[in-house]
Amino acid sequence: MQEFVALDWWNFFFRWCHIASGVMWIGHLWYFNFTQTPTMPKIPAELRPGVAKYILPEALFWFRWGAMFTIIFGLILAWMNGYLLSAIKIGIGDHSTHNTTIGLGMWLGTIMWFNVWFIIWPNQKKNIGITPATPDEIKVAARTAGLASRVNTMLSIPMLYCMAGVHFY
Amino acid sequence: MKNPLDSLGQTIVLGLVLTVVVILLIHAIA
Repeated sequence: MQEFVALDWWNFFFRWCHIASGVMWIGHLWYFNFTQTPTMPKIPAELRPGVAKYILPEALFWFRWGAMFTIIFGLILAWMNGYLLSAIKIGIGDHSTHNTTIGLGMWLGTIMWFNVWFIIWPNQKKNIGITPATPDEIKVAARTAGLASRVNTMLSIPMLYCMAGVHFY
Repeated sequence: MKNPLDSLGQTIVLGLVLTVVVILLIHAIA
């Protein structure tokens, strides 16, 4: 049980939490973009409410909270490792490819987190009926949320390169 | 003009292009 008093173990613990939350987040993001959205038009109209009313709200819950805990654990980890401030300024002036790489990954992840909480979720609330909206507003909201989700799928590729590949730099 | 983000394939290609840009940025900044 001595591992629990070592700072290294807590460093690992927050990395473990960060990765687990990240899997929850990006797993759902890729589920939406690789599976649900392309399959919806092929589902018979009478079965679609099953996805929209039951699966989507549940998936959005784990998706947005996965995003929240990923950023929280990620910031704790960066602070514990002592590169939080250097990463925020993407290592400029520090001549550290490591901090530039993790910093770019952190900024990409932060843009994605912002998209989840301030663009996708408010628009999806109209789509799933939490926020009252007219049919026209729902149409615009679904389109906006869908595009923001695609932007996040695009950003997830370089973001994961920076996060997973940081040890090369 | 159709939005490239409407296509999953084009979204992935854009993500890969952005990855190359990020790699170049890493070397340009650090």
